[in-house]
Amino acid sequence: MSLVLQIERLTKDFPTGRLGRGRHRALDDVTLALSSGEVFGLLGPNGAGKTTTLKLIVGLLRPTAGHVTVLGHAAGARPAREAIGFLPEHPVFYDHLTAEELLAYFAGLCGMTGPERTRRVSAALDDVRLDEARRRPLRQYSKGMLQRVGLAQALVHDPALIILDEPMSGLDPIGRRDVRELILRLRDAGRTVLFSSHILSDAEALCSRVAILSRGRVVARGAIGDLTSKHAGGWEVVAADLSPAAATSLQQTATRVTRIAHGRYSFELPAGERPEPFIAAVASAGGTLVSAVPVRATLEDVFVERVS
Amino acid sequence: MRRIRLVAWHVFKESVRDRVLLAIAAFAVVLVVASVLIGQITAGQDVKIIKDIGLATLELSGVLMAVFIGVGLVAREIERRSIYSLLAKPVARWEFVVGKYIGLVGTIAFNVTLMTVALFLMLAYLQWKTPDEVERAWLTPVVDPGLLKAVILIGAELALLTAVALFFSTFSSSGLLSAGLTLGVFVVGLLSEDLRGFTAVDSSQVLAFVVRAVGVVVPAFSAFDIKADVVNGRPPVPWAYVGLTIVYATCYASALVGGAAAIFSRREFT
Ligand SMILES: Nc1ncnc2c1ncn2[C@@H]1O[C@H](COP(=O)(O)OP(=O)(O)OP(=O)(O)O)[C@@H](O)[C@H]1O
Ligand SMILES: [Mg+2]
Repeated sequence: MSLVLQIERLTKDFPTGRLGRGRHRALDDVTLALSSGEVFGLLGPNGAGKTTTLKLIVGLLRPTAGHVTVLGHAAGARPAREAIGFLPEHPVFYDHLTAEELLAYFAGLCGMTGPERTRRVSAALDDVRLDEARRRPLRQYSKGMLQRVGLAQALVHDPALIILDEPMSGLDPIGRRDVRELILRLRDAGRTVLFSSHILSDAEALCSRVAILSRGRVVARGAIGDLTSKHAGGWEVVAADLSPAAATSLQQTATRVTRIAHGRYSFELPAGERPEPFIAAVASAGGTLVSAVPVRATLEDVFVERVS
Repeated sequence: MRRIRLVAWHVFKESVRDRVLLAIAAFAVVLVVASVLIGQITAGQDVKIIKDIGLATLELSGVLMAVFIGVGLVAREIERRSIYSLLAKPVARWEFVVGKYIGLVGTIAFNVTLMTVALFLMLAYLQWKTPDEVERAWLTPVVDPGLLKAVILIGAELALLTAVALFFSTFSSSGLLSAGLTLGVFVVGLLSEDLRGFTAVDSSQVLAFVVRAVGVVVPAFSAFDIKADVVNGRPPVPWAYVGLTIVYATCYASALVGGAAAIFSRREFT
């Protein structure tokens, strides 16, 4: 496994105050490394420094201290940018262009010409499932469609490292599923993906590893299971078609029961208890299983613990 | 070179689609119609008036484009954050700045060419209507190729003004401020000849020196204005003067675009 991205002791100060004499440390001594084929999640609450980190990698910002290399090239240098596809937070493009024209423009800037360029443009638009809309000006696009165009332009030159700043934001459930599938397809094709999010479930569904940032520092890192397993709670089971008597008897193993509607109940099982016996009990009492969800640590739980 | 061309082409396409050209063309049509109407009233003088108004319109619409599109060339991309995805692509910052500049100068040149063609068509129509013996009495022919000298220098002036606008827009974040500064430099530049000849009436030598220095440093926009001479046919404007002024504009504009590229290359995008 070769290193695709190396971030070493990265620190970034922003000037503050009216004369810019004050300093706000947005990133403090961050070290990370990504190897090829990895999907890495950069997590953290608002203002943690996720966007700052990604912009430093792309070269839109310069570090106060430390350095970043992409496939061995200094961040911001042309070869480093050739290897990167970047989706900015809340992407905005040119209202008067169609998605096709925008991608052709960007593909040209990446050095593509002729039929190769046309082919890559339509392949990237296919990847994000943008159909007839690709011939309409971007001014008419919805937020979710713009997000797709943003993804497509990040992929148009088939980069080795794909950097996505909150790729799920503004997307409906189908859009989120599409993006997840896209990220997994990229991983299977050997690309490396780094994305930021403040939603743990996105990371859980995709990442091999994550790092959690808080106020500019890495407060936790590792495989996602390792981070949340320490916080594992019980399960929440929802069942329907239960008689009141059956519900009362099932209640004994649960820590909390909520009656949702007629015959439909939600049970919280104690931490450490497997849900299978309970589900079997639901079935034998004549009930129907609706859902069984592990109540796991949220990012907030991990985060609160790591900060304090 | 390909990347510069792409950025430039994109500027042209955007201004065409933003209907900037359309607005300016409409403006030109209105002025041409007005000049025809004036011509009807002041019989005999119409040819000279149409030349005056035509050249002035050409210059004014170019100045409006250079200033108001020019200050937004770079600033607007930063403001609406389209710059993030663009600069993530392997395009050098200087290529971006130079491409933007060439794109707008090309757009303005396109506009100037269209208006020049319109002006000459108008003049050709007037020549057809003017009796030959009347025309022989005038100092310049109705369809006067000499007008092109004025048009060429207007083009050079606009290229220089675009460079000024681009320069201000790379470090000021306020479009209004950049537009104000650019227009300020333009006006001072139009007065630069007077400033260079400034002598203090009272004894303030320092003031006189400062004013003359400003006159030397600002772009000498006054030198580009040969409209009246060309229209009147005297004093004659030698081609050597046109050539030298173009060389001056090229040097000054290159320095400004180079400065803009240098500033832009050091910028961070937060
Ligand atoms: N231009 C700037 N000037 C001063 N401070 C800044 C600037 N940009 C960002 N910051 C500060 O740096 C910190 C990190 O910001 P950043 O945008 O990286 O957060 P984030 O993790 O992306 O948050 P979000 O989830 O809201 O997108 C914040 O405290 C922010 O206020
Ligand atoms: Mg952010």
